[in-house]
Amino acid sequence: MRAKVFVTPRKGILDPQGRAVEGALKSLGFGAIGNVRVGRFITLEIDAPSRAEAESAVRQICERLLANPNIEDFRFEVDAE
Amino acid sequence: MKWGVVRFPGSLDDGDALWALRDVLGQEAAPLWHKEESLGGAECVVLPGGFSYGDYLRCGAIARFSPIMKSVARFAADGGLVLGICNGFQILCEAHLLPGALTRNRSLAFVCDFVDLRVENPSTPFTRAAHRGETLRLPIKHGEGCYVAPEDELRQLEERGQILLRYVDERGEATDAANPNGSMRSIAGVANDRFNVFGLMPHPEHAVEAALGGVAGRKIFESIAGAAR
Repeated sequence: MRAKVFVTPRKGILDPQGRAVEGALKSLGFGAIGNVRVGRFITLEIDAPSRAEAESAVRQICERLLANPNIEDFRFEVDAE
Repeated sequence: MKWGVVRFPGSLDDGDALWALRDVLGQEAAPLWHKEESLGGAECVVLPGGFSYGDYLRCGAIARFSPIMKSVARFAADGGLVLGICNGFQILCEAHLLPGALTRNRSLAFVCDFVDLRVENPSTPFTRAAHRGETLRLPIKHGEGCYVAPEDELRQLEERGQILLRYVDERGEATDAANPNGSMRSIAGVANDRFNVFGLMPHPEHAVEAALGGVAGRKIFESIAGAAR
């Protein structure tokens, strides 16, 4: 199975990268955009007997290593393929 | 006093830390390889600066799972003294041995400069050679030194005196302009609630000889050496 993990800066945590990208977009004339946040996108393959077990493993992977709960949120999708 | 300086792949300042401890301060100090579990009888373990594991994923996130970190966590739980400098501070936060996290500098730029630091709490093993309000001038060199923690955690750190060092200006005031990386409450160094684990972004090991710009870093090492005696 294939998992896609999205890690983003937690709401309320200063995201200077997001702010810099937002400034650049505005200076390019995209004035309607706002609240740009820059995060991380991780894909991985996982062997698991069921989708539920794969999801449980990916959740642990996120909590232990891929995201720092102090400063980041995560969500993920698991696709059987 | 016996010191151990951990070497991770990508550590840079382990050599300078060993130099400062052995050659300048006359301490007994040995490198500790991250794959080992033994701390070699060290009474203080130093996690040095650098870019362990290339700073991949997040600074310190991978180093914290090195075999030696299990021993460091046990050592800290038993009351052993642990000092994390720069990347070492990031590793201690990732390992939950210190509260909070270090994120990208507010400016997005790598900063390399001397900073003035105010000693906020001199009643700890890491600061006892200094006095309250004393200013120490130390170098910094980092891209991810912006200290963040939830507001209630910050309040607790403040109340318990766990904030040991703050970035200040030449008048000793913690102004926004004197904050080199956007750290919350100008925090440059924090201790755990038992005061045996300390992390700081500035580099005391680079400030132990007048020829290299100052000797204020000695105060940190001398505090620790005095505390263990």
